[in-house]
Amino acid sequence: MTAALDVRGLTTRFETRAGHVTAVNDVSFAVQPGRILGLVGESGSGKSVTGFSILGLIDAPGKVTAGAVLVDGVDLRQLSDDDLRKMRGRKVSMVFQDPMMTLNPVLRVGDQMAMAVRVHRPMSKSAAFEHARKALEVVGIPSPAERLLAYPHQLSGGMRQRVAIAMALLHSPSVIIADEATTALDVSIQGQILAEVRGLADTTGTAIVWITHDLAVVSSLADDICVMYAGQIVERGTAEQVIDGPRHPYTRGLLDSIPARHEPGRKLPQIPGSTPQLSHLPSGCPFRPRCPLATELCTTEPPLDIRDGQAVLCHYPLERA
Amino acid sequence: MTNPILNIDAVSKRFTRMPSLTERLVGKFTGGGKPVTVHALSDVSLQVFKGEVLGIVGESGCGKSTLGRVVAGIHAPSSGSVTLHRMPVARQRGGNIHKLTTRVQMIHQDPFASLNPRMKVGETLAEGPRHHGIIPAADVQAAIRDLLRKVGLEAAYADRLPHQFSGGQRQRVAIARALAMQPEVLVLDEAVASLDVSIQAQVLNLFMDLRHDLGLTALFISHDLSVVRHVCDRVAIMYLGRLVELAPADQLYADPKHPYTQALFASVPTVGTGRRRFEAIRGEIPSPIDPPPGCPFHPRCPHAGPRCRVEVPGLTGAGPGRTVACHLNDGGVQMTKGAA
Repeated sequence: MTAALDVRGLTTRFETRAGHVTAVNDVSFAVQPGRILGLVGESGSGKSVTGFSILGLIDAPGKVTAGAVLVDGVDLRQLSDDDLRKMRGRKVSMVFQDPMMTLNPVLRVGDQMAMAVRVHRPMSKSAAFEHARKALEVVGIPSPAERLLAYPHQLSGGMRQRVAIAMALLHSPSVIIADEATTALDVSIQGQILAEVRGLADTTGTAIVWITHDLAVVSSLADDICVMYAGQIVERGTAEQVIDGPRHPYTRGLLDSIPARHEPGRKLPQIPGSTPQLSHLPSGCPFRPRCPLATELCTTEPPLDIRDGQAVLCHYPLERA
Repeated sequence: MTNPILNIDAVSKRFTRMPSLTERLVGKFTGGGKPVTVHALSDVSLQVFKGEVLGIVGESGCGKSTLGRVVAGIHAPSSGSVTLHRMPVARQRGGNIHKLTTRVQMIHQDPFASLNPRMKVGETLAEGPRHHGIIPAADVQAAIRDLLRKVGLEAAYADRLPHQFSGGQRQRVAIARALAMQPEVLVLDEAVASLDVSIQAQVLNLFMDLRHDLGLTALFISHDLSVVRHVCDRVAIMYLGRLVELAPADQLYADPKHPYTQALFASVPTVGTGRRRFEAIRGEIPSPIDPPPGCPFHPRCPHAGPRCRVEVPGLTGAGPGRTVACHLNDGGVQMTKGAA
């Protein structure tokens, strides 16, 4: 089976006054149809830039400098701007953290959805409205016909995010990239939306890349997990592998910092220091200064160690418990 | 039990927005243009005991931040009272603002917004105690250095500006600033919500250390149930401006009584439980401008009956140290004889 999304060696650099910054460094992963990949990392790890790079949405001073992004076997990086625009929204679409980034505040929901439909598929306005109504229904919006007539400000935050997801779904894309799509929502609303997203992947076969800082969300939503640190994917595996048996010291440290995994009131194991500045990365493994296992060897590039499909970029991968 | 040091007694807080001139003119024809009132807090009573950390949990619009602000004396309650050692905390005309409100200090969510970007950190820390004469002027510098060390920063950082710090370090500065006032009660409003997990663990550890060393009393306001469980002794669950459940943390997490608490726990994703269905709560949080009559949770509650639609449930006992505001705990959801 061809992967719905196959990212190979993607590298994005930014030209800054402080010099070159490699925000995404040789990132590779694949998502099969109907599967959800969780892309996890802390702020500054490059997870969002990875999402933008996939869609070719990097503006100067940034530039995707290497790699291939295959969607259903077609390399987006080889396409002309026009052809790429035809792919966006139709084959790959994106959902952002803030739905107001996606929605036009002065247009009714139905008008902007119908517009998005007709951009890629010529059809009558009423047919486009009907198409939009069905998309709203799919994401669990009650009385979708009425919502088509509403302006974005008349909807609650959770509803707006559902509309944004419905818009991403309009053309039944092969891939949806969601960047912190439920981070701004309350847990009860987040629960509703995660349930819808899981259902969507299972029923429509859309491949989903769920970008988030929240390990708890991906551990219950995703099939596979990639952990990013300083622009690199440091660990990749199935959700069970990564959550139950992390092999990279950083992944282990992240999981250990979660309060729910410890007895209340106990001191939490903490990763010392803070995330490095991308312009001043240490040589070799970027996690080296914070890593409890680091030795002289870690000043050299860490090798990729793969066992049972679980890949880890580390000189001293942890043994599975 | 010992006497509570902080007593929140039947506090309600309403915010009213008056219509603008245009809205009033338009309203003459449409029947609108009336003042809009948000019921941020309705009849909330809580006691906080010396040395305890009380968690306040709820989703957006539940009034948890407003409660924190009322306790810190930033908002005066519309009715009810907040007293610290039986003295009112709220601003009083010509009154106690300089004395009592300094006894309660607040730590905000966003350390990028809560620190003056043009003021050296040392100045930020010194300003409060100097103004209120809490630390003798001669000792202020030494006290600041001591404070910085206490929150895990170097004393030399006093000469730095906020932009030279990372998010986690700034939150340490914000904690130091609150401690500089030698408060009796701390109010932490989502104090770790904007931090990365690894940094969050560092700040939580700091908070637990300080709490242990200084015997802090705190209101810990958060939407994050796992963080609250980790640091709090008792937890109050709020929904739409009302307190719906109050219990010791271990009991609440082991056996939530209120249907909202149960639903909240069920929707929270947890690490390591594997793939599962999210047990979503139906519907959305109603607007606090026009809260539903009766129990605020009844439109979303799977157990709601006719009584829930008309009668606001009061807090009733549900085991030692536990209270819950639900008709299920108080005679059932059916209409009782003689009630409306």
